[in-house]
Amino acid sequence: MTAHLPVLQVVIPLLAATLCAVARRGRIAWGIALATSWTAFWIAIQLLARVQAEGPISYALGGWAAPVGIEYRIDLVSAFVLVIVTAIGAVVTPYALKSVEREIDTTQIPLFYAAFLLCLTGLLGIAVTGDVFNVFVFLEISSLSAYSLIALGQDRRALTAAFQYLIMGSIGATFIVIGIGMMYVMTGTLNMADLSVLLAELGPNRTIAVAFGFLTVGISLKLALFPLHLWLPNAYTYAPSAVTAFIASTATKVAVYMLLRFFFTVFGVVFSFNVMRLNIVLLVLALLAIFSMSLVAIFQTNVKRMLAYSSVAQIGYMILGISLASVTGLTAGILHLFNHAMIKGSLFMAMGCVMYRVGSVEIEAMRGLGKKMPWTMAAFVAGGFSLIGLPFTVGFISKWYLILGAVERDAWPVAGLVLITSLMAVVYIWRVVEAAYFQEAPGDGASGVGAIEGSREPIVEAPLALLIPTWALIVANFYFGTDATFTVELAESAARTLFGLVP
Amino acid sequence: MEALGLVNYWAFIFLMMVGFYILISQGNLIKKLVGLNLFQTSVFILYISMGKVRGGTAPILTEGDPVYSNPLPHVLILTAIVVGVATLALGLSLVVRIHETYSTVEEDEIHNLDRAEVEGEVGSLDVSRVDARA
Repeated sequence: MTAHLPVLQVVIPLLAATLCAVARRGRIAWGIALATSWTAFWIAIQLLARVQAEGPISYALGGWAAPVGIEYRIDLVSAFVLVIVTAIGAVVTPYALKSVEREIDTTQIPLFYAAFLLCLTGLLGIAVTGDVFNVFVFLEISSLSAYSLIALGQDRRALTAAFQYLIMGSIGATFIVIGIGMMYVMTGTLNMADLSVLLAELGPNRTIAVAFGFLTVGISLKLALFPLHLWLPNAYTYAPSAVTAFIASTATKVAVYMLLRFFFTVFGVVFSFNVMRLNIVLLVLALLAIFSMSLVAIFQTNVKRMLAYSSVAQIGYMILGISLASVTGLTAGILHLFNHAMIKGSLFMAMGCVMYRVGSVEIEAMRGLGKKMPWTMAAFVAGGFSLIGLPFTVGFISKWYLILGAVERDAWPVAGLVLITSLMAVVYIWRVVEAAYFQEAPGDGASGVGAIEGSREPIVEAPLALLIPTWALIVANFYFGTDATFTVELAESAARTLFGLVP
Repeated sequence: MEALGLVNYWAFIFLMMVGFYILISQGNLIKKLVGLNLFQTSVFILYISMGKVRGGTAPILTEGDPVYSNPLPHVLILTAIVVGVATLALGLSLVVRIHETYSTVEEDEIHNLDRAEVEGEVGSLDVSRVDARA
């Protein structure tokens, strides 16, 4: 049983998704999804414990040994990503019950959970597989289900957002396939471990350089690296609240994992950073992303859109860490992968609570909410602190290591920019705080808020079914912000593994 | 002579660029999907060409010792075709839904409708739908 955990991690959500699709009632589908996401979380923890104790796990799918068969390979980095994705899944599923019942048609709810589990399958699959073509297949499973999840949003603009994402996502995926094809032409293998050996033997080569280019652009599209982020703000803004919380904290993270996997494991540090000079490209784009997107976020009137732009900036932080091309920098990047999942997950879930009661996430609609929904807004403020990076929150830990990495490289301007952009986060979080706590609530319906049915009733605190998952993430924000030894050690040994040093 | 031998790869690049160009230049959502599909399909040619061995046959065990083409890229492309079909189906169904709510599949008209909705900020979805029809 335990020997098959790597494949069960993927197969259980896949099978459960089909069960959800045939379930007639939303609550039954939800029950299946809940059981599945918690099982997946349990498996991920088991895998992480095993990797920490015994080193990387290799699993030959169907008994066909690599490089002929597909290999599932789990090392520290992938186990860490598995835990992040399944943890968010396990927190979002209980939250989804009420939120989805309010925002999605009853008849579509079983299909919603089917798509949700398929998305989870794809994301987990990318993390466990050791075969580059398999990565593409799982990538498309997660992306296609993500497009349909986003299209379920109430606003009709959700449809155009999903279409835009579909176009850009498919271009990205096709670029990745072209890159993989070129690597296959040169080496005749699709296994990652095999590829890294053969590519190193091959030495510098124009085809491989082109493959590298295609993969860089393709993966950057998927992880919404500035300036390829155009699909992201609309998709996050108009998707149903539970979907935004899930996708914002997992999909781009897994894409960052793909970047690490391809550039560190497959191409190798020397080729990626010394020959192709990827670190310079990434550094420039990351700095542009952090600065320009934080600036854009300040001027948004829709809080979900504001958080979406902030997400692009935060992805910039992760890429910045990677582009420093040092163990400390990479540690910061991987650490922020985990930390940002918790930060944005909790913030988007708090916005989901507001959506549930108020029916709008415009800043104008937040006026006076501090009194009417104290727990929800307190969660938002606490999450905001973490986003800014105040001490005792996970945001602080990420930024600490990021600045440490920058200083280690004598990149003082970079460290300065990280601090300045943190102040910009203060500005946009403050705009919400000001509306919620220092402005009077609007007269009934005067501002036109309350678009959805049922919001004519007085606005009260969100139900516990939404608040408990939100606060669970907030508590995690502070717990891992106060005692970061577990995450930091994990991220550091993961970074060492990627650099090929002894963990 | 070498350029002629690479005719499949030239076809791949040509189709890829044509598809990509349609995808970027067209404002009609259906035409965009046509471009996307052409773009994806061109990659199939790349894979199928690289698996072909001159004079090779299908990889079925027969008497003697014939030269086989490499079947792996062909199998990979079967998967990619399935992905392409799924993408196209999802894209088209999104276009159907977009047409139902916006009554148009032209990108700039959709943008105009969205902008009108934002400017007339009524907040309510139902009201904006009426606006769109007017």
